[in-house]
Amino acid sequence: MFESSRYLRRLEAESIYILREVASEFRNPVMLYSIGKDSSVMLHLAMKAFYPSKPPFPLLHVDTTWKFQEMIAFRDETIARLGLDLIVHTNKEGREMGINPIDHGSAHYTDVMKTQGLKQALDHHRFDAAFGGARRDEEKSRAKERVFSFRSASHRWEPKNQRPELWSLFNSRINLGESIRAFPLSNWTEIDIWHYILLEDIPVVPLYFAAERLVVERDGMLIMVDDDRLPLEANETPVKRRVRFRTLGCYPLTGAIESEATSVSEIIEELIISQVSERQGRLIDHDQAGAMEKKKQEGYF
Amino acid sequence: MPDLKIVAADGRQRERQSLSEFLASEDEKTLLKVLTCGSVDDGKSTLIGRLLFDCQLIFADQMDALEQDSRRVGSTGGELDLALLVDGLQAEREQGITIDVAYRYFSTPKRKFIVADTPGHEQYTRNMATGASTSDLAILLVDARKGILTQTRRHSCIVSLLGIRHVVLAVNKMDLVDYSEERFEAIADAYTNFARELGIENIVCIPLSALKGENVIQPSSEMQWYHGPSLLAHLETVDVGDNAATLPLRLPVQWINRRNDDFRGYAGTIASGTLRPGDEVALSSSGQTAKISRIVTYDGDLELAAAGDAVTVTLDREIDVSRGDIMAAPDARPKFADQFAAHIIWFSENELLPGRPYILKCGGQLTTVSVSALRYKINVDTLDHVAGRSLALNEVAFCNLSTERPIAFDAYEENRRTGSFILIDKLTNETVGAGMIVYELRRATNIHWQSLDIDKTARATLKNQKPCCLWFTGLSGSGKSTIANVLEKKLHAMGCHTYLLDGDNVRHGLNRDLGFTDADRVENIRRVAETAKLFVDAGLIVMVSFISPFKSERRMARDMFEDEEFVEVWVDTPLEICEKRDAKGLYKKARAGEIKNFTGIDSAYEIPEKADIRLSAGDETPEELVSRLLTLLEFHNKD
Repeated sequence: MFESSRYLRRLEAESIYILREVASEFRNPVMLYSIGKDSSVMLHLAMKAFYPSKPPFPLLHVDTTWKFQEMIAFRDETIARLGLDLIVHTNKEGREMGINPIDHGSAHYTDVMKTQGLKQALDHHRFDAAFGGARRDEEKSRAKERVFSFRSASHRWEPKNQRPELWSLFNSRINLGESIRAFPLSNWTEIDIWHYILLEDIPVVPLYFAAERLVVERDGMLIMVDDDRLPLEANETPVKRRVRFRTLGCYPLTGAIESEATSVSEIIEELIISQVSERQGRLIDHDQAGAMEKKKQEGYF
Repeated sequence: MPDLKIVAADGRQRERQSLSEFLASEDEKTLLKVLTCGSVDDGKSTLIGRLLFDCQLIFADQMDALEQDSRRVGSTGGELDLALLVDGLQAEREQGITIDVAYRYFSTPKRKFIVADTPGHEQYTRNMATGASTSDLAILLVDARKGILTQTRRHSCIVSLLGIRHVVLAVNKMDLVDYSEERFEAIADAYTNFARELGIENIVCIPLSALKGENVIQPSSEMQWYHGPSLLAHLETVDVGDNAATLPLRLPVQWINRRNDDFRGYAGTIASGTLRPGDEVALSSSGQTAKISRIVTYDGDLELAAAGDAVTVTLDREIDVSRGDIMAAPDARPKFADQFAAHIIWFSENELLPGRPYILKCGGQLTTVSVSALRYKINVDTLDHVAGRSLALNEVAFCNLSTERPIAFDAYEENRRTGSFILIDKLTNETVGAGMIVYELRRATNIHWQSLDIDKTARATLKNQKPCCLWFTGLSGSGKSTIANVLEKKLHAMGCHTYLLDGDNVRHGLNRDLGFTDADRVENIRRVAETAKLFVDAGLIVMVSFISPFKSERRMARDMFEDEEFVEVWVDTPLEICEKRDAKGLYKKARAGEIKNFTGIDSAYEIPEKADIRLSAGDETPEELVSRLLTLLEFHNKD
């Protein structure tokens, strides 16, 4: 265990406590694995929490089929390296209907391929608890999220009617069909995540580091041309720019930033002087005021 | 990308740190968990927005959104509305109030802060208790124009109950009272006197204006008469001394780690004290002792672990350990009892009723609990003790509690982690209350079960019958007693040993001291269920004929018996028919308002969802219904 930063050790211990509490009190938990930096940290914490055993639950990735190719490669490599069980779920109806982020708009696409896809997977496997890597500092509606967040049988979140959460006494009692979303990283901030990745030497998707990548500029965002499915407007020509990503999602919806940071420590240096919050690179948050709150009520993470 | 230059209100520019400077400063930083509370419109959200804004933690895109939102829904006439930075949920932004606890994170070169921003108005007091439960320090806001309000007192009381020892009284909106020293001193004096009564040790009063940024970060130029620190300067330097590592060892076992036959470890977070390999520990439940062999972590075995560390330990010998057990220093063990006294804060719209069973969660321990005596309620505005028979939303009381199984605990004052519990409703699964244990009740340790040689089976065998309890529930006048009476006659004729406990009859004797409030109804049922249990233990077939209107108490009764011993009989007669019969003239009186709390009229009857049999007494004669019951009983008595 690293000797430095008592603060991060305290955060680490809090997260491990939450992971163990869910494993103890639920019949059939699952960890939602989104491949990003937060998921990497959450998975690392799970490896610690149950050591020398493996985490006593599978991982679930909701694959929208529009993730960056490097993400999928990183996912498969990570699962193989750690020897874990991974469930990959894609909303089949959505895929058959050809729902995509380009023709159907980010809101509708996200609802079908992410939110509905997630609900299908949770229902199919009858998971009664699901870990998510969300942090309270990410977005305003998340600042009020409980560590154990109750979801009705239809996966809805009722922000006005949340269970009070005192000390670290989490109420895990639910009826059949209802579930709990548990957030072990609730109290972490973006800089804590990177600081911890640095100290613990946790592998992350190479897309976080700056490199020459083929991008187009669209609505003020730099969109990477990850494969030939991205239709180009007449006036658009992909150009090579030195870019990296602060968050990772579906590639047509995720904006890159121009950067020279090629290592974790350079990312931290960049963050120290950064003036843009990390969710700015996400199209789906900007659809309408209170967008995230709405998505969460509907069951999005 | 919006190109907005962010400059703090005082003109400070964020200095560019190098990575090595950053890492060095991070190592030094301590964490302070802060609670902010106050009445509606005291300006809490504005104050936190100001802290975030002046510490330059607002990113350019958030700033852009803030400017747009300020124009759209802001309450500052188009100027930047800093409260919008923290009022997250759309509903509350539109109403201009904070309705839920929100957590904020910010950091200065000296400290990291987690701020729990909690709502002011009364119905959300439960969220304030939530924020207070994990905080080291509380900032209470008051409006300089209004001074100390009921809410301020209420929140101070909760802050003190939840063991927060440091309070900052932030007298806000000083700009609206012309920065008057006199006004500030009057408020500070009044508050200090009140807070001392509550036993809050450290009180600091600071005059400020969140809106104008006076005394928030920088000393105020408008209030030269004030010589104390600004709010942030105080928060950065106050010592809240965490002494958990110096207390006796408490390691609550959270999860049993069985990798395979050769590894059996016990995982948990150390609540207090320190731990080394070779230390002897005692288990709370059995009192057995063992020595720690290893402290196992992913990063290698540890030679020393302390309060706050999440560890997995192995022991030098095999003893029975399960989740909820506390490993403790053998010479300073926690209390282990099934009766104790505690302060309770109630969160639910449904009242707490003494005698009603709830689920108690204390660390990893789960058991059924009920309040055996509500000793007094605390008027949180005046601190007076008030008598009461039930506890409503947001009320606080000092109670005796009785658990089904003994639990291990410490006094909350000594150890927050092992002295706290939550209460969960058995039917809705809602978190309905929070408790802080004050002391164990002596009688628990001195009354032991006397084991007797003749048991229930022996008594039943002699009578050649299977004892059971038939629980008749239904409205007044539904025919419960009539049916039970016919059934008892039949059973008696068949040579069975029976007893009929009738609601009205029992109220003439055993329960003559009880009335018809919800609290008394619960106690009424508890006593009858206990009596029925004794009779079943004696080998009898017992019929209980009680309205028993609440699901919780019927379930409590059911839980006292073995599965096959309890038969819930719902005599389902429509209210109109019961009222038409009105054999005792009670409905007439209730309708006239002469009887209060009459079931079906002004007190609820909760319909049974899982009755073993439903008798439709409006359609069939008592004899027909009884023959159906006898069939059920025969079936019941088959092995």
